[in-house]
Amino acid sequence: MTEQFKMDAPATARRLDDMAQGLVGAPLDRPEGPLKVTGTATYANEWQVRGMVHGVMVRAPDNSGRVVLANCDAVEKMPGVLAVIQDDRLLRNPAQGTANKAPIQGPQHAAYLGQLIAVVVAEGFEQARHAAQSLQVQLENGEVMPVDPATAAVEPQEAKTLDQGDLDGAMKDAAFSVDVTYTTPSHSSSPMEPHASIASWQGDDLTLRGSYQMLKYNRNELSDALGIHPDRLRILSPYVGGGFGSKLGIAPEAVAAAIAAKKVGRPVSVALQRPQVYEATMRRSETTQRVRLAADAEGRLTGLGHDARVSNLPGETFAEPVLQASYFLYAGENRKMSMELARVHRLCAGSVRAPGEAVGVTVFEGAMDELAVQIGMDPVELRRRNIPEKDPESGKEFSSRRFLEALDSGAETFGWANRPGVKERREGEWLIGYGMASAARVNVLMESQARVTLTPEGRARVETDMTDIGTGTYAILGQIAGDMLGLPRDAVDVVLGDTTLPPASGSGGSWGAASSGTSVYLACEAIRKQLAERLEVDENDLTLKDGMATFDNQARSLSDILNGDQIAKLGHVLPGDTSEAVRQATFGAYFAEVAVHAASGETRVRRMHGTFAAGRILNAKTARSQCLGGMTFGIGIALTEEMAFDPRDGHVANHNLAEYHIPVNADVPQLTVDLLEERDDWANPLQAKGIGELGICGAAAAITNAIYNATGVRVRDYPATLDKVIAGM
Amino acid sequence: METNLTINGTEQRLDLDPRTTLLDALRHHLGLTGSKKGCDHGQCGACTVMVNGRRINACLTLVCMHDGDEVTTIEGLGQPGNLSPLQEAFVNEDGFQCGYCTPGQICSATAMLKEISDGWPSHVTDDLDGKAKLTAEEISERMSGNLCRCSAYPNIVEAIRKAAGENT
Ligand code: FES
Ligand code: FES
Repeated sequence: MTEQFKMDAPATARRLDDMAQGLVGAPLDRPEGPLKVTGTATYANEWQVRGMVHGVMVRAPDNSGRVVLANCDAVEKMPGVLAVIQDDRLLRNPAQGTANKAPIQGPQHAAYLGQLIAVVVAEGFEQARHAAQSLQVQLENGEVMPVDPATAAVEPQEAKTLDQGDLDGAMKDAAFSVDVTYTTPSHSSSPMEPHASIASWQGDDLTLRGSYQMLKYNRNELSDALGIHPDRLRILSPYVGGGFGSKLGIAPEAVAAAIAAKKVGRPVSVALQRPQVYEATMRRSETTQRVRLAADAEGRLTGLGHDARVSNLPGETFAEPVLQASYFLYAGENRKMSMELARVHRLCAGSVRAPGEAVGVTVFEGAMDELAVQIGMDPVELRRRNIPEKDPESGKEFSSRRFLEALDSGAETFGWANRPGVKERREGEWLIGYGMASAARVNVLMESQARVTLTPEGRARVETDMTDIGTGTYAILGQIAGDMLGLPRDAVDVVLGDTTLPPASGSGGSWGAASSGTSVYLACEAIRKQLAERLEVDENDLTLKDGMATFDNQARSLSDILNGDQIAKLGHVLPGDTSEAVRQATFGAYFAEVAVHAASGETRVRRMHGTFAAGRILNAKTARSQCLGGMTFGIGIALTEEMAFDPRDGHVANHNLAEYHIPVNADVPQLTVDLLEERDDWANPLQAKGIGELGICGAAAAITNAIYNATGVRVRDYPATLDKVIAGM
Repeated sequence: METNLTINGTEQRLDLDPRTTLLDALRHHLGLTGSKKGCDHGQCGACTVMVNGRRINACLTLVCMHDGDEVTTIEGLGQPGNLSPLQEAFVNEDGFQCGYCTPGQICSATAMLKEISDGWPSHVTDDLDGKAKLTAEEISERMSGNLCRCSAYPNIVEAIRKAAGENT
């Protein structure tokens, strides 16, 4: 029944190249599109559950002290109020991605301002909101807690440390060198759908309709938090209104909804209010990064160093993996890397789209631009010269890596040859500049399962608890199954987002498509084998297309072959030796043209292009959209996005969409994206790698490097808002 | 508080808590969850609906203020199998990813195209006389009240251009 496969050796068969149906790779529309554009796709807080009441969460007004609900009795008597709940099991902060167990719990003590310490339940939403606002929360015996990562106590991260050769010596002997420190602020994922859960109990069984990215982990996290067996819990999450890391781990509202629903004996919906999303979900840690580059007279790196400080709440082990791509992106014999984690009482730091590379590659690519300027070399050429032959740290081979082609092809498409000199081009009041940066992101395969059923009518059904958070899972899983089973796309149904289905990798770390796609591929391969057995032919001689099987100069329809039977197979992929045998990553290059206003310093992105290589592209349309999204996050990092923390108590001062500035339509030009043809046999049998985050990993540097080209101003303190640009002009 | 209004052509009589927003009336009381709540503060546009033909943020207005009004939500613009030209174009151009901002984008774009054909200029319109041209810049400017964190903006612009082209 189960087709289990461990990825221990390169998968060189490349079967998807030969499938007659020709769906994989094609730019097909999303099958769920008609639901999304008509408002009929059901998101977490939209299920019409009978008898449902509303819960609104309440926050701690400071970052330390014992929580006292001063007027609890009075609030309980307000109209419509059913309960005020401060249960020991409420979460201090969300679980980290793949945690698989509950995070720190307990609403009795505040650890950060904004921590959700109670939930008020009422018949009507308006009543619950009013009552929650009326609840007076006091903190007793609070202390002054460290909130500033620059001065807080730090813990070195030994596992991230690298000291290879002699970087200090290389810096001393270098013909050209750069030693610069950059800072990036905290970022918020800010998905458009606020975190929300509807909990309903049937006896001791709980159904949670939530907005989550990784259901098999979320089920374990939630059951651990509640103290119930995972078998008693079902999570449904068929549509997720964006996650970007903030919905990886179970979050406070899910636990609150479950506890509240039990207590009041009714289904309870708890949706975070937008400020609560900012204050109590996850932030990307701010970073301070020192980059050192030593180069010889020809611009070849002889040494490089990358040292970073990030922060998190006490008790959390996650440390923004800033150095992740620095270990392998560029050559250079003498290498030194280190990280330290500062302990601060700000909201939890966790994964925000492309943890690590989003800010790590961005800063590194800024430093590379500084080196290119110093040498007087074309920044593209500087990168070309420093592509290492093998992984510079381990000596391992790279798997597929079309980095050089991405640099060259991107430069060509963008028209990089017309790059102006520094402060050379002016159009009226606007200074025009070009900038570029490399893109890199590690590639990962995760364990994943899916069931595929070929029905007697010759349709296929794909079932897995995988999620589609906008990434295109519904589209690509159907394409893979359609190709492998020779069915048109609309003869394949894809069912996702339900923990009663086989457990998948979940959506995160850019591994979802390749991991869950492989499980579907394996299940289909098993079905093909069974069909071939029935026909007594070799499976490889079987051509499946449009519901027909062709073999030995014969053609028979699938329904004829099945003769009333159905075939159901479970595909199960496990990562194996190929994860360690080679260095696997995705690569690319960004090019941007900006206009900086000569009088105000305001930057407008006029054009931006990305060329990316991420193995086999499963759907050219949805893959491109993922890149557009990543590059736009890059525009935000470059120019506008910054969580502002009050230096006194560490609270998020700009906890809403009017003050945390994600790019709007007018901030984003008609971006262009090229996806290079590539197959990565080391990655998985699909030869596909992750693309969901590659578009952000360095993108912001292309813009800030363009600002330098336009103005001669180097902003090392992201974002490059107009005040910082004008100060240097 | 009793309110009588027409929603997608159907008369509705509501008797709700006076604090109920138009958005919550739709989502919590009428089962019309196509209009989304992204912020509840008038900052994201996910809740955009049309009231008497004009686009507004349904989270910023109380339903009891709309006695006698005509409200059109995404559910009134088309259904699966019967998509409006804009809805169709959003699917074809991949004008969304997660889809959460999408109903708001489409309601907003529907009203926006009417504003253009009525000759309303925007901040970036060069010529104040006559109809603005549907350039990418013009569309982006007019659609900037509708945030999309998936950042489908280039595809949203393309979808609107395509759909408008078919109409005119
Ligand atoms: S929900 Fe109304 S503008 Fe955001
Ligand atoms: S499609 Fe996800 S926010 Fe717009």
